[in-house]
Amino acid sequence: MAEQRAPAAPRRLLAALSGGVDSAVAAARVVDAGHDVVAVHLALSPSPAAHRDGARGCCTLDDARDARRIADRLGIPFYVWDLADRFREDVMDDFAAEYAAGRTPNPCLRCNERIKFAAVLERGRALGFDAIVTGHHARLDRGALRRSVDAGKDQSYVLASLRPDQLAHAVFPLGDSTKAQVRAEAARRGLGVAAKPDSHDICFIPDGDTAGWLRARLPAAPGPIRDLLTGRELGRHDGTFAYTVGQRRGLGLSRPAADGRPRYVLGIEPAAATVTVGPRESLLVDVLETGPAGWLAPQPPPFPVRCRVQLRAHGSTHLARASAQAGGLRIVLDDKVDRVAPGQLVALYDEADELVLGAARLEASQSSASDPAPAGGRG
Amino acid sequence: MAYLDHAATTPLRPQARAALEAHLGITGNPSSLHASGRAARRVVEEARESLAADLNARPSDVLFTSGGTEGDNIAVKGLYWARQAAEPRRSRILCSSVEHHAVLDAVRWLERDAGARVEWLPVDSQGRVRPESLQQALRDPADVALVTCMWANNEIGTVSPIAELAAIAAAAGVPFHTDAVQALGQVPVDFAGSGADALTVTAHKVGGPVGIGALLLRAGVAITPLTHGGGQERDVRSGTLDAAAAASFAAACHAATTDLGQQAQVMGRLRDRLIAGVLAAVPDVILNGDSDLAAGPDARRLPGNAHLSFPGCEGDALLMLLDARGVECSTGSACTAGVARPSHVLTALGASAAVARSSLRFTFGHTSSESDVDAAVTAIGPAVERARRASALVRDRG
Repeated sequence: MAEQRAPAAPRRLLAALSGGVDSAVAAARVVDAGHDVVAVHLALSPSPAAHRDGARGCCTLDDARDARRIADRLGIPFYVWDLADRFREDVMDDFAAEYAAGRTPNPCLRCNERIKFAAVLERGRALGFDAIVTGHHARLDRGALRRSVDAGKDQSYVLASLRPDQLAHAVFPLGDSTKAQVRAEAARRGLGVAAKPDSHDICFIPDGDTAGWLRARLPAAPGPIRDLLTGRELGRHDGTFAYTVGQRRGLGLSRPAADGRPRYVLGIEPAAATVTVGPRESLLVDVLETGPAGWLAPQPPPFPVRCRVQLRAHGSTHLARASAQAGGLRIVLDDKVDRVAPGQLVALYDEADELVLGAARLEASQSSASDPAPAGGRG
Repeated sequence: MAYLDHAATTPLRPQARAALEAHLGITGNPSSLHASGRAARRVVEEARESLAADLNARPSDVLFTSGGTEGDNIAVKGLYWARQAAEPRRSRILCSSVEHHAVLDAVRWLERDAGARVEWLPVDSQGRVRPESLQQALRDPADVALVTCMWANNEIGTVSPIAELAAIAAAAGVPFHTDAVQALGQVPVDFAGSGADALTVTAHKVGGPVGIGALLLRAGVAITPLTHGGGQERDVRSGTLDAAAAASFAAACHAATTDLGQQAQVMGRLRDRLIAGVLAAVPDVILNGDSDLAAGPDARRLPGNAHLSFPGCEGDALLMLLDARGVECSTGSACTAGVARPSHVLTALGASAAVARSSLRFTFGHTSSESDVDAAVTAIGPAVERARRASALVRDRG
């Protein structure tokens, strides 16, 4: 991107170093380009574990040490910023509250919205930095956010809800590179993290047991698991928060469905403490209703707009037509999709599936067929 | 570069470097009986005698350690265990609430894992344990294992009335330990005159190398060793002695305590110049600790310490901004991940978490100069202005 090749105007940049390979190479590139770079590692966990447990997480003391050693290697100042309180309030508590409300949040998105490109960026700007540099795989050029050239590693989805004023002070030096190129470059530069595994899942739930994490934080609220078709109670649960729309495993239903086919979670109603289950076809929806949309271009696109939508990180994309309606967007998909839950971010791309147009939170969804499915019904 | 963090560690004094280099080639183990061993032993014993002379102790009082943390751990745990072994009901530890973590965490560990009961001695608004508080805590001393109170505080530089406190403990028949790591080289440290039973010092705070220190332990004070082995250092601290480091420590201590009054005056003047300059640039700055800045044998505040709170700022933001201008100081406390936590010392003084987080510590030593001070004074105004904008954002979050 421009910053790599045009060191004409050196800027004061704050490089967020997670201790991973992507942010390391991102920082190295802006250092090479002649910018004045300071590294910061974000301490987000209230009680960091000493060591990484497998490939998960980015908040252990090992990661902090890796980040420090990368900064040493690049010859740039290094500081740790303690954002554990903000992270707990804005990301962890929000994550639990969203589940409690029957919604499916994405904490990485939330962290970008509230921590990296909010608290950290604002503090950095106030302290005299021009922009924040991260290792996200996405292309950003004059305000236009595009997918990474590495489709498999593209992270534009978790950046799609950022505002233009946030992106105006962001630098993503990796968007024109594949992950393999980034790793090779890290090795060439002698950065010790070249072979470090990618982080996955949710950094504050290192064992991957989201239901267990939620159970420890939210009060038990037992209720029925009901069959959509018969209305009968098939079993009991100890809290709707442990369920996600589209979930098939772990329902603990003793009685098989009449037709012998597997049943899926179709809807979650925390107020009635009810989980509704049914056949897979009842999951399928093609009409999405969202909350207010944010657009990266100065003007919203002319509605109705042909676009592609992505509903989860690393998910597939779907051709659709979006139009404005009171309070948000109404999006009609060309083909039906499943596993759609309120709270998910709907990221809108251009028809070529490259340029991010904007994003909105999903509020409700339904099938345009005569048979209305409750999938993703409002909680 | 303006290095104003001498309380963290000090540049090596030329005398200490010369002693280190002169003895690095020593082959003998000081415990060996042959000629090489005797030669090494001689270096160690001369260092011991030199330290004893400079600290008014007997050579046999001086036990070499790896530094302040080890000295504090040996004293606190060793005295506790020995007192317990002699009389099991002695399980109460009297500890000042502003100790360095080397004492604080050793005491907390005894509380958690060894059945100790801890009584935290309160401090006044300057961070000093009042003799009346200790007197009160020792009304019924039969169950007290030990008293530990630092000579001078590492964050705010407050000097405690150690001789008075030690006398109160002695009258109650309770052993008294003091962490004098920060006091050495700043105020006179007289072991015999203090009346303390155990006293911790370390080399790298006075221009010596990192990795060596000493516990001064009065003869006849029972202490249980933490490490067992070859029986070196009166059986209290086994392990092969580092002759070159011992010689270097002795040379540094000698240089730091010779003409101490004169050195203290120089540090005090630099410190006062810094405080005046910062006050002119940032009128609402707060000086934490004792405001009596007189440097001398009865100093109430370390002459090399200025601990300042900058209302509306985050200390770590200030530190970063000053670092970028080549001014090196400290926020006072840090944990392993490098995350600043509100200081327990300032909290014990009654400061709010916000004030505690807004603090910087500037500390002076043997290499400090007026140009260091002037660099800091020049940089502080713009840094404070910028840091205030940054933390206002955090406060005004929507």
